[in-house]
Amino acid sequence: MALASTLPKIVARDVDCFYGDKQALFCVNLDISEKQVTALIGPSGCGKSTFLRCLNRMNDVIDGCRVTGKLELDAEDIYGPDVDVVKLRARVGMVFQKPNPFPKSIYENVAYGPRIHGLVSNRGELDELVEWSLEKAGLLGEVKDRLQEPGTGLSGGQQQRLCIARAIAVSPEVILMDEPCSALDPIATAKIEELTDELRENFTNVIVTHNMQQAARVSQRTAFFHLGILVEEGETGKIFTNPGNERTQDYITGRFG
Amino acid sequence: MNLLLLAVLLALAGAAYLLGRRRATKLVGGDPRALHSRPTYHGYYVALWCGLPALALVLVWWLAQPQVLDRVVLAEAPASVQQLPPERVDLFLRDARSLAYGGVTSGTPTPELERAAERFRSLQTAGRVGLSAAALSLAVAGLTWGRRRVSPEFRARNAVERSLDVFLVSCSTVAILTTIGIVLSLIFEAARFFALVSPTEFLFGTQWSPQTALRADQVGSSGAFGAIPVFAGTLVITIIAMAVAVPVGLMAAIYLSEYARSSARAVLKPVLEVLAGVPTVVYGFFAALTVGPVIRGIGNTVGLDVASESALGAGLVMGIMIIPFVSSLSDDVISAVPQAMRDGALGLGSTKSEMIKRVVLPAALHGIVGAVLLAVSRAIGETMIVVMAAGLAANLTANPLEAVTTVTVQIVTLLVGDQEFDSAKTLAAFALGLVLFFVTLVLNVIALRVVRRYREQYE
Repeated sequence: MALASTLPKIVARDVDCFYGDKQALFCVNLDISEKQVTALIGPSGCGKSTFLRCLNRMNDVIDGCRVTGKLELDAEDIYGPDVDVVKLRARVGMVFQKPNPFPKSIYENVAYGPRIHGLVSNRGELDELVEWSLEKAGLLGEVKDRLQEPGTGLSGGQQQRLCIARAIAVSPEVILMDEPCSALDPIATAKIEELTDELRENFTNVIVTHNMQQAARVSQRTAFFHLGILVEEGETGKIFTNPGNERTQDYITGRFG
Repeated sequence: MNLLLLAVLLALAGAAYLLGRRRATKLVGGDPRALHSRPTYHGYYVALWCGLPALALVLVWWLAQPQVLDRVVLAEAPASVQQLPPERVDLFLRDARSLAYGGVTSGTPTPELERAAERFRSLQTAGRVGLSAAALSLAVAGLTWGRRRVSPEFRARNAVERSLDVFLVSCSTVAILTTIGIVLSLIFEAARFFALVSPTEFLFGTQWSPQTALRADQVGSSGAFGAIPVFAGTLVITIIAMAVAVPVGLMAAIYLSEYARSSARAVLKPVLEVLAGVPTVVYGFFAALTVGPVIRGIGNTVGLDVASESALGAGLVMGIMIIPFVSSLSDDVISAVPQAMRDGALGLGSTKSEMIKRVVLPAALHGIVGAVLLAVSRAIGETMIVVMAAGLAANLTANPLEAVTTVTVQIVTLLVGDQEFDSAKTLAAFALGLVLFFVTLVLNVIALRVVRRYREQYE
């Protein structure tokens, strides 16, 4: 109950999102609490990834994408006119559906963010930060002898953890994960889930997933999207055992989607 | 007559195709699924049997006919002709052929010559009739044989695909053999040159004046074949051209692929590629008549002595010519960098320029290096612009304001006009060509290695 009383990290009020003429999100209202895992679930094309990409303005890259409504991070307007997208994305990191390590060495992949943001002043600090990030991402043991080898040479699961390490090296406040396990096998998935749970200590985490067991396992709160509408949102336990909405129930019991 | 024969053979092959296809369909009562191969393959199979052997026969005969006719006519000629020295025999035969098929003879026709010509004519007619008969019967025989093989179980597709395979292989062989042939001819002619001029003099000499005199007592009777000034000229012009083309082309490519809106890109890219379609000769007179004088004028106002055919003018225009090359190829590789890379970089809070400099360009580097090297070999081999704008004098200089000459210009001047092809002067062109070829080859090999080493691989 103590958690519920703290201010939410991210607040969304009446958020609409359009791709050209097509509306992808309808009046979404959602609070995302600090240092928790919030899962966004729903069938394909329901707008959950779109919503996620609104949170660090990755939608800006897409031609003709327009967001209206109020989105706040720590009570600051994310889409405000004086917001620097670069700073915002340093605070709100992202892990993508397909592992996308840069075509550089493992070390350089992790060092990329700290370098561009000037987080370290010398090589020693950078080494430490890289090691810390890889350790946090549970990858250090597997790669510490081959930090100079290309990141693209790792397995899919290792690549995804490298991307997580790369994201946390910037010390973001929020990490957005867009179906981070959809390209991975069950063992790699289990590792990422475990990692997500551990990251809760330091980061606020929003994860989009198609896998309902995954949502149930890793998240504290769950939001169910359908056709661009946020249908229901609440504590994960409640959503999965006693959903308030018929559509949520149909979806989590596998009747559609 | 020959064309008619070919047309008839092709028509027969076409008919064979239809016959084969129809027979195949008929054999299975109109249900093609009962066939191993589709009916069209049976058609192709019969057509190949009908056409190929007959065409091969025609081809062989066309190649062999002249020799065969010569032999026959010579064997029947009187002993007085047969005992002539070989070159006189050749002359006799040539005259006989001219007389037979209409042409100019070397003197008034003798009775022997008349008889030989008559024989040529009759033999050729006989050969033509015989060939037509043989080819047509071969075609019909092939058709019959192929058609008989058509059956539901027959694997016509495999047979047809095997023939196609052979055809494709021979096509690629033609290209490879031609290349080998060119290289060999370069090597042999260059070897003849190096028998006259020592390789060390050619490769390390600093004097280039290839004009050899007809008589020993003329001025400049001994040519000098030191190629260093020529290669230095090529180098200077290539460097100038690349100094223009690489930065401009690369920046244009970055703008096109990263910053331009899609509507701007749709207009700009084709327009830039039009630049690549301008004939080099047009660039050439642009360089000679516009750019050269302008540079000279600017030089004069600041008190520099500029040759009207300066390396700078030729190099600048060549650089402009190469810009679309670099930009178009680089744009392609930059655009091919996956969006996921860009998203990853932006998602970490990169600015657009950090994303381009640190992620996109390194990922596209191999392609960009490839584009640049392609542009370099284009610059080295470019001829028309330098012929018109760079001058002929082989000055050994690094000053871009002076006139220099290039390898390609020298090759052109050595071979243009009436030349005897066994003097050091003309053979020098082959030696230059060989070295040029060798340089580009080495450049490409180095480029491949560099690219492989520094290649940053993405999926």
